Amino acid sequence: MLRMIGRRLAAALPGVIGVIVVTFLLNRALPGDPAAYFAGPAATPRAIEEIRVKLGLDKSLPEQFGLYVRDLVRGDLGTSLTTGQPVVADLRARLPASLELTLCGLLLAIAVGVPLGIFAATRPGSWADHIARVLMTMGNSMPVFFSALLLVYVFYYLLGWAPAPLGRLDAFTPPPGSVTGSFLVDSLLMRDGTVFLAAAKQLVLPTATLGLAALAPIARITRAAMLGVLASDYVRTARAGGLAPRTVLYVYALRNALLPVVTALGIVFAFLLGVNVVVEKIYAWPGIGSYALEAVMTSDYAPVQGFVLTMAMIYVALNLLIDILYGVIDPRVRIET
Amino acid sequence: MTGEAGALLVVEDLSIEFRTREGIVRALERASFTVGQAETVGVVGESGSGKTITAHAVMGVLHPAGRVTGGSVRFRGADLLALGEEERRGYCGREMAIAFQNARAALNPIRPVGRQIEDVLLRHTDLGRSAARDRALELFARVQIPDPPRLHGAYPFELSGGMCQRVMIALAVAGSPALLIADEPATGLDVATQCAVLELIEELAHENRMAMLLISHDLGLVGERADRVVVMHAGHVVEIAPSAELFAAPRHPYTARLLATTPHPDSRLADLRPIPGSVPDLREALPPCRYRYRCERAAPECDEPPLPRVEITPGHFVACRRPL
Amino acid sequence: MSAPASGAGFALRQALRHGRHLLAENPLSLVAFVMMVSFLGLALLGQWIVPFDPLASDATAQLQAPSRVHWFGTDQVGRDILSRVVVATRLDLAISASAVVLSFAAGSVAGACAGFYGGWLERITSRVVDTIMAFPLFVLAMGIIVAVGTTLTNIIITIAVINFPSYARMARAEVNVRREAGYVEAARLAGNSPGRILALHVYPNCLPPLIVQASMNMGWAMLSVAGLSFIGLGVRPPTPEWGIMVSEGAAFMISGEWWAAFFPGLALMLAVLTFNLLGDALRDLVDPRRRT
Ligand SMILES: Nc1ncnc2c1ncn2[C@@H]1O[C@H](COP(=O)(O)OP(=O)(O)OP(=O)(O)O)[C@@H](O)[C@H]1O
Ligand SMILES: [Mg+2]
Repeated sequence: MLRMIGRRLAAALPGVIGVIVVTFLLNRALPGDPAAYFAGPAATPRAIEEIRVKLGLDKSLPEQFGLYVRDLVRGDLGTSLTTGQPVVADLRARLPASLELTLCGLLLAIAVGVPLGIFAATRPGSWADHIARVLMTMGNSMPVFFSALLLVYVFYYLLGWAPAPLGRLDAFTPPPGSVTGSFLVDSLLMRDGTVFLAAAKQLVLPTATLGLAALAPIARITRAAMLGVLASDYVRTARAGGLAPRTVLYVYALRNALLPVVTALGIVFAFLLGVNVVVEKIYAWPGIGSYALEAVMTSDYAPVQGFVLTMAMIYVALNLLIDILYGVIDPRVRIET
Repeated sequence: MTGEAGALLVVEDLSIEFRTREGIVRALERASFTVGQAETVGVVGESGSGKTITAHAVMGVLHPAGRVTGGSVRFRGADLLALGEEERRGYCGREMAIAFQNARAALNPIRPVGRQIEDVLLRHTDLGRSAARDRALELFARVQIPDPPRLHGAYPFELSGGMCQRVMIALAVAGSPALLIADEPATGLDVATQCAVLELIEELAHENRMAMLLISHDLGLVGERADRVVVMHAGHVVEIAPSAELFAAPRHPYTARLLATTPHPDSRLADLRPIPGSVPDLREALPPCRYRYRCERAAPECDEPPLPRVEITPGHFVACRRPL
Repeated sequence: MSAPASGAGFALRQALRHGRHLLAENPLSLVAFVMMVSFLGLALLGQWIVPFDPLASDATAQLQAPSRVHWFGTDQVGRDILSRVVVATRLDLAISASAVVLSFAAGSVAGACAGFYGGWLERITSRVVDTIMAFPLFVLAMGIIVAVGTTLTNIIITIAVINFPSYARMARAEVNVRREAGYVEAARLAGNSPGRILALHVYPNCLPPLIVQASMNMGWAMLSVAGLSFIGLGVRPPTPEWGIMVSEGAAFMISGEWWAAFFPGLALMLAVLTFNLLGDALRDLVDPRRRT
């Protein structure tokens, strides 16, 4: 098991290197003079020259790359012109908001999508199956910003059930003390029910948006995998052995069907990380996506770069986690390595 | 080809169709045969003749695309096809069990093989968890799996083909069924292992007074072990006879051909020519006798509709208008 | 020499026969086909059939609800939303289609060469593919666009880049399967150069699944284009484009003026749905077994 994890870590390394190289190249591809860019619009030529030296832009490309890696290792992603803070500090402050939202969305999608897929697969051709398939096709075609806005219109404007889409907490609730950065977890740790409820309320619509977006692919894959597994030889064996339907469905079919689903979770998560940006914009969610968008508006590249890098690293880490989870479920992976 | 009061299993006029996108496959048509108490019945036929789907239909585990379109399957007099799902399940594993063709694929790839046996034991016996484990180890030892405690926790992909086959057999006999269906238990194994596996099955059947439906495409292999043999061709049962009689005097031209291709001490015909033509495409319109276009004895009368079923001598049935 | 041609001819005949069967079985494909024709019609003729100038603002008619005059209402500067939605069709379709064609061409050729020649070509291709796939694709697209700037060409190239891996991988796998096929061996023995074999015999035979992939990809490309515009990294206002229009209308959802964002969003959704349904139908046509 440990050896497998080690191998997975090694396998993830090229991806990490690729991510660092690409972000470096993108940085150098910025239009105009990067020094002038980083110095800001009001800088004098002298100041620009100083910045050029300070940034190492007078050196050769490989040397610059070396410097870039050195800064990364030190945890230095530059300074945001907008906030005046180090980008790393900004990201650290805002990451929990993004993660809390994305994970809630993913969990919701799994909690609804997997049962929906199973339901459709165990009743192929039934009306339930047809409805599920239509939902899946519709879900795949729905632009996230569109579904988000529809949700806001219906549940905030028309029905008034949801709070205004303005961030993680309403104006009257103070944020809980920061332990993990997740308002839900922190408020629970503080045993503060009011804050928990307030945070949960704010989370409902954005989570639903993300969940809806990820629902279709998860349900689709679950359904296809389940259909394949239910027609497999070993499920037939379980049936011929007279095992209870529940055992057949959950122990024999579902566990095998989950393998492709777990693999697909990585892609779905990557998709959600992208969707997250849009959702944060619509719900004024103070995460790293909206941080990056604010920086875009002011042509401030360092935060964008930090954002891309962070997202890519989260994705790499998640893929690692999925590989390990896969190994836990599938003995063929666990033992053969 | 029915009757035999007191038979354990009576299959009568069983028909099966598959819906595919290329059309309907009439994979089994009015198949009838019986298996008596503690009797071993062999089922032989070329690939695609419908042996496996017959077994699946008897067990009630036909592929979702397949459908039983007629006939009955009676076990100790109870019509299995008329039973509800719950009652039907009561027979599976306990009264009748099956060792599937291609054992490796038939075992759950991500569950230790010992646990799979225990699943069946827990379902069909009053054993507790640890007793079930002991019983599973006993079964492993009985099917001659070396080092049962170690292999109890092994996964199918860690086992050889022969070992998977033995696990499959242990799984099938775990519930002490009265009828064991063994679908090509020896195919794909080397000759030595083949013999060992077949002997093992025979012993188990004998020990527990199990009736057995032994499926194989190898007539020689089945002939030695079965009391009676059912010969199938393209979804039809073409001949049923006691083994000795079948080998001595096959009456259906197909059986004779099949015998000729089988090197066997008892076979009358010694030439090893292959059977001409190939199994017809079951999606198309077929003549009443599906062997019609491969048969050297075919005559115009063979195109007359119902396929006959003649009891030529007591207990020897043949589905042919011009038997040998 | 004629093996691939006759193979393709056979496949085509089968596909046509199968197509009729599918249309009868799945009327949704027919609906999708009709919708695609309508969208193409709007893209071609849209700018001549709309009732208003999509860019003309009207200070006296801001944010009017749908009415007999303005079927889809007007936006915050009084432009006719129906006209803008219709005119935007061409731009949205054109950007997505160009990106898909570009990534299809680049990905399939790179993947096919990698699979056929192996060696360093294969290593480079798979390194590039893996690197792109190491990113959440939409986030990578954001990073690229911010770095290179939001011109139309850049947007197309960016969308093509993030779609490149799926084609390259698929083409490589398809070529790998076919490299040892009988007709390839025959062509080799007939004295054809490897390049010729790849171009004339192997590559064309790999195209059907890639085309299916492209049609399924189209919807996703449209979502990405509109998504980028929505967050301000795509086409610039005041150009009529669905993503921007939703973005501009978004603020008014909270105050109840739903139509400004609703209609462009609906148009986008229907267009994506159309291409997804067509992709499904095409896949059933080419590979019936992979149906879900
Ligand atoms: N899932 C299926 N879909 C469509 N047709 C099927 C399916 N399963 C079986 N058939 C049809 O049923 C016929 C009989 O199949 P079956 O597996 O019973 O043959 P068999 O006698 O067991 O052959 P083998 O010796 O190869 O095991 C096949 O020729 C095939 O046409
Ligand atoms: Mg078989």
